[in-house]
Amino acid sequence: MALQVLLFLLFGAGAVGTALAVITRRNPVASALWMVAYFLMLAGIYLTLQAQFIAIIQVLIYAGAIMVLMVFVIMLLNLGNPEQLRERFNPRVVLATALGALLVLQLLLYFVSRPTGFRQLSPEAARLGTTEAIGSVLFTDYLFPFEAVSLLLLSAVIGAVILAKRKLEG
Amino acid sequence: MHWSQQLPLEAYLLLSATLFTIGVVGVLVRRNAIIILMSIEIMLNAVNVALVAFSAYLGNIEGQLLVFFVMAVAAAEAAVGLAIVLALFRTQQTVYVDEINLMKW
Repeated sequence: MALQVLLFLLFGAGAVGTALAVITRRNPVASALWMVAYFLMLAGIYLTLQAQFIAIIQVLIYAGAIMVLMVFVIMLLNLGNPEQLRERFNPRVVLATALGALLVLQLLLYFVSRPTGFRQLSPEAARLGTTEAIGSVLFTDYLFPFEAVSLLLLSAVIGAVILAKRKLEG
Repeated sequence: MHWSQQLPLEAYLLLSATLFTIGVVGVLVRRNAIIILMSIEIMLNAVNVALVAFSAYLGNIEGQLLVFFVMAVAAAEAAVGLAIVLALFRTQQTVYVDEINLMKW
């Protein structure tokens, strides 16, 4: 069995399993830790696609920065009461799960009946995934979107500070 | 060629669709606002898998650039979303979305 297939099955099953764990755990801290595992599994998936740069920033930004922020907020909220953590049973759960399974099955049938015809990685894939290749496109053709993202992040920081301030009428 | 030697693009698309659906189900069934935010992150990441797969199979780098921008938007979304949850907890003393009915009439 080719290495790409083996790693895909390993990380793919891991990603689905950890994603399911995130949405089923009762305690938000347990969910957050499974979320870190999910991000690491996806970094492995990106490596099977030869996308090294994306795999590294996945670990740095998601597992490193975003999840630390989430765990920090969970800590600030102090959801200590275990009685409150209990999810009440709801018929919505059954309905949503059934609809989700139906959707996945439908997509599976679609992909099986209409193959895209792309059977292997492009020979260019290993070159495309490097920091050099991404950087040279990002700072030439995509310079304007890159600068726009910096404005987006600035406005997000300002918005987050204003929302999280103790008094709204500061 | 048999699938155990070469992985077709569909394998990645199906993984992406499965993960996206798990995220949607998480948003629909959970009551905790923080876990709903995490489910949104699951969905954004599922889309990233499809984008990187298309990029690697078609030999086109723009999919990976789009992933870079999706990550920036996800970071902004997480910061603002968590600030909203904090502000909500401060005024309502709860993060459970079914106990919040300020805009319900």
